Parts: sequence; C-alpha cells; structure tokens
Amino acid sequence: MTVETRPPAEAPRADAPPDDAVAGYAARAAAEPAPRVPVRIEPAGGTRSDQYDDAVGRIEIRDLAAYYGTFRAVKDVSMEIRPHAVTAIIGPSGSGKSTLLRALNRMHELTPGARIEGSVLLDDRDLYAPEIDPVQLRRVVGMVFQRANPFPTMSIYDNVVAGLRLTGRHSRAFLDETVERCLRAAALWDEVRDKLKQSGTSLSGGQQQRLCIARALAVDPEVLLMDEPASALDPVATLRIEELIHELRQSYTIVIVTHNMQQAARVSDRTAFISMDDDRAGYLVELGDTTTIFTNPDNRLTEDYVSGRFG
Amino acid sequence: MTATPATGRPAVPPLERSGLDRRCALVDRFFRALCVAASVVCIVPLAAIVLFVVLNGIAALNLDLLTKPPRALGTGGGALSAILGTLQMVALATLIAVPIGLFAGLYVNEFAERRSARAIRFAADVLVGVPSILVGIFVFTFLVLPFRQFNAFAGSVALGVLMIPVIMRTTEEILRLVPGSLREAALALGVPTWRTVISVVIRTAIPGILTGVMLAVARAAGETAPLLFTALGSRLVNAGDFSRPMDALPIFIYVNARQPFPALNQQAWGAAFLLLMFVLTINVLVRARTLGQRAG
Repeated sequence: MTVETRPPAEAPRADAPPDDAVAGYAARAAAEPAPRVPVRIEPAGGTRSDQYDDAVGRIEIRDLAAYYGTFRAVKDVSMEIRPHAVTAIIGPSGSGKSTLLRALNRMHELTPGARIEGSVLLDDRDLYAPEIDPVQLRRVVGMVFQRANPFPTMSIYDNVVAGLRLTGRHSRAFLDETVERCLRAAALWDEVRDKLKQSGTSLSGGQQQRLCIARALAVDPEVLLMDEPASALDPVATLRIEELIHELRQSYTIVIVTHNMQQAARVSDRTAFISMDDDRAGYLVELGDTTTIFTNPDNRLTEDYVSGRFG
Repeated sequence: MTATPATGRPAVPPLERSGLDRRCALVDRFFRALCVAASVVCIVPLAAIVLFVVLNGIAALNLDLLTKPPRALGTGGGALSAILGTLQMVALATLIAVPIGLFAGLYVNEFAERRSARAIRFAADVLVGVPSILVGIFVFTFLVLPFRQFNAFAGSVALGVLMIPVIMRTTEEILRLVPGSLREAALALGVPTWRTVISVVIRTAIPGILTGVMLAVARAAGETAPLLFTALGSRLVNAGDFSRPMDALPIFIYVNARQPFPALNQQAWGAAFLLLMFVLTINVLVRARTLGQRAG
C-alpha cells in the first residue's frame, strides 16, 4: 500500500480555464490524467502494481438493470465514467439515481432481495464477476452518503482511520500520517487539528460531512461515489463541499448524485440525466459534457428537465 | 354560519364561548381529576412499600446483619449467608444469561429471516411471562433430581433462564435503534460484515445493552420462587461451592419472616431493606443513564 501523500494525478495544466467558467469545470475534463498505479480487488494475493499498467479508475456500465425484488428500479443503463473527472447524475426523485450509484460499489446488493443484471467494469474488470470480493471492492470504490454519518462512539481521529483499523493492523505513525493527510485533503485539518480526540459528532453538519469524506479517502480508493453529499447542508457548507470535490477530482474518479442542478453544473465535468419510464424504471436519457447538457442537450427530455419544465 | 358571501370565502365563525364550550370545560375538569386520582393510586403502593421497608429495615440494620451468618433459634446472627449467596448466584446467572441473550438478540436483529425472527421474539416474550416458579420446577427436574441434591448451580441456571429473554429483547431493540447509515458507512469502507457488527453496531449499542443487563440483574436478584426448588436456601455461609445449597436474600426474608421469633423477623426486615436498596439502586442508575443519553 502506498504510504506517501497521494500526488495529483495530473501535472498542473496551463490550459485550464478560469474557475468561474460557465457550467463549472467541464472544459478541464479534456486533459488526460496521468496513469495511476492500479488496485487489487481480488480477495487475496498480488499487490497494487502487478495487475495492470494503465488502470486509472475508469468505469464502464454495460446494460445495467437493478432490481428490488421484482421491481426494476434501473434499466438499460450503459455509460462510461471517465477517470479523474466528476460525473454528475441528475434526474427526478425516484428515478434510480442512488440505486445506480450503489450498483457501482455493490452496496445495492446489501438490500434484501436486491440484485443486478448487466455488468460494471472498473478498469476493464467486471465488478460482478464471481471472483470479485465486494468487501475489497468497496475499499477501491468509496462512498459518501447524503447524511453525514460519523461513528458516534469514535473520536475524529478514530473516525478517519476507522476503515484502516477495522480491516487490519497499522503502525501508529502510519495512522497519524493518514489522519493528517486525509483531513488536509478534506479541507478539515485546520479546523480540527487541536481536537482530534473529540467525538466526531461534536462537529457541525458540514464538518461532519468533510470528516466522512476524509474517512472515505483514508482507505485509499480510486473512485469516490457521492450520494447527494450536500443536500443536508446549508449554502456555505455546500460551497465548501463543492470546492472540495473540485480539488479531489485531480486524484479520484468522482461520481456524484445530486438533486441540485446548479450544483451539477458547478462541480461536474460530465452529466448523466436519468429519467423514469412508464414502468417507473430509471433509464439513461443522455450523458455528455456538463456544458452541453445544460446549454444544448440532444434530448428534449433533458432540455425540459434542466430548464425546470418538469421534475 | 353557513352563509357564504358572494366572494366565495366562508364567513368568519363566531369567536365567543358558547354554552357547549362551558359544558366541555366542566367535563374536562372532571376527567382530569379522575386521571390525577388514578395516577396517585398507582404511586401509592410503591411509596408505601419503600416507606414500610425503609422504616422497619433501618431499625433492623446493624453490623451483625452484614457480617454474621444466621444462628439457630432466633438468637442474634445475621444475613451474611444470604448476601453472599445472592451476589454469587446472580453473578453466575449473569455470566450464563448475557452471552446467550446477547447472541440471540444479535441473531434476531442481524441475521434471522423475518419469520424466524418473529418466532424467536414471540418465544422470548412468552418466556418473560412464564411464572418463575415453573422455571424453578423445570430446572429442579434437570439439575436437582438427577443429583439428589439442591444446589446453587441449579439456582443460578433458574435465574439465568429468567434473565435471558429480558437481555435478548433489550439487546434486539437497542440494536434495531442503531442507524442503518452507520452500518452502511462501515461497509462502504470495505469493512467485512462481521467486523461491522462487532465494532460499529454493537459498540454503538453497548450502553443500551448494559441497561438491559442491569434490569435483568435487578429482576433476578428479587426472585424467590425459582430458588426454593433449586438453591433451597441454607443457614451456612456458602462461598463458592455451587454443588451445595446456598442462601439468598429473598429466601432469607421468606424463611425469617415466618418465624415466631421477633429477632428473626427483624433480620427479615433488614434483609428486605438490603434487597430493596440493591434493586432500586440499579433501577435508578439505569433511568439516570437513559435520561442522560436522551438529553445528550
């Protein structure tokens, strides 16, 4: 496992547009991310570097359908999620956005009766292949939830390293280093550095959510799934989370489900619009650069949705 | 009142008190008084018991009661045999009941199918309602008859059987209160299910589980009937020999209260006071804890 601070995946780009570009940071997605060391998701054996050479956290969804019992919540979704970019999933309530997201780290199947058809490929490996261990997979594809959920019995410090502590033994020095690195990455270090022993639930809502992001980063994932990470937060805290997402996209592939179209426009490079069919199953209407989706979408439904005419 | 102006808005209803309102107020006052009276009647037995036991018990309290074993025929002595016996048997009963109740509650909440969970829950509720003397007879059949010897181990098992459903049900209820989001958070970090259950779910629920254990201990400490068939009671101080009969506070009270000697009756009051204090202390501690949690 790599111990040193995670370097930005890309060299600083001179051609990056200014931050206030309309439709967020979409234009930057054009730049090529540098190759990263691939990750092991098989149950045992091997190290990070002996699997492939060019894996960088690219996800490909093929003909995905997700069921709860007999109810089909998502159908016919095929899409590519680009590495080291932010992909937003937008769509009306109940259209299966979260279900789709939870299929990407196999959290969906934890619901009794839930199952998946089709496949999800992470760096060309099928996550639903029998040899894949979902527990290992979730270390590679991390998740941040709608409501901040720090462990109430643990201190801030223990929350950050919970994923490490509960899955193996680590030296004190490594844990200390991880706590600082991840809290810095989550833009929380300066606010909590003097109270790492305090309970994680003593923080404000926005701080708790950043703590949860730090916790997700501590297990060193490739991909971060975010399920409406700012919907329970006030505008200031939301802004901080959005800034953070912008920072993190340099090192991680990020998929964010959001109800807030302005947020999707601000933070994402690419946007997928999911809508519901007559059978209440969500399907992918359109996927494209965020700028395109919000200014000149191909599909009439997308246009209606982003212009606020329905949903 | 039904007159509706041409604008389509309903007329403003009258705001003055009507005769009906005054009658309502009277009926309201009557039933409120009734409720208050009923509440007072509820509290009276507890208050009376506590007052009675404390007044009589404190008078009977002395160092001999705490440090001396009983002596024959109402001449001095104390309740040491009973105090030690209750402590030992309740401790062993707790050791027996906590793992079983905890794991059963865990199973029902975490792993069982809905139907089997309901069946187990129902069985536990029935077990809570089984008269404790039947538990005593049941244990007597299995752990006393074969050995032809009343023994403290059988007493502990009987108390344990009474504690198990209480611990199981509270454990299960408390585990169900642990937010699913915490479980998801751990699983999303790549923590295996078993580790999630131990380090996140149970760890979060520990204060509540302890509450259940303490309530079960309080219940077991006061049980008399199941011990009559099992530990029997004894005039000897039995420290650690669970294959022999053992005394307990409730048995001590039962036996001594029936004696014709005032000195022994006094000892029964003293023992009653000790038992009441033990049980009340646990209950008050538990309430204080749960209240504190709710506030925090």
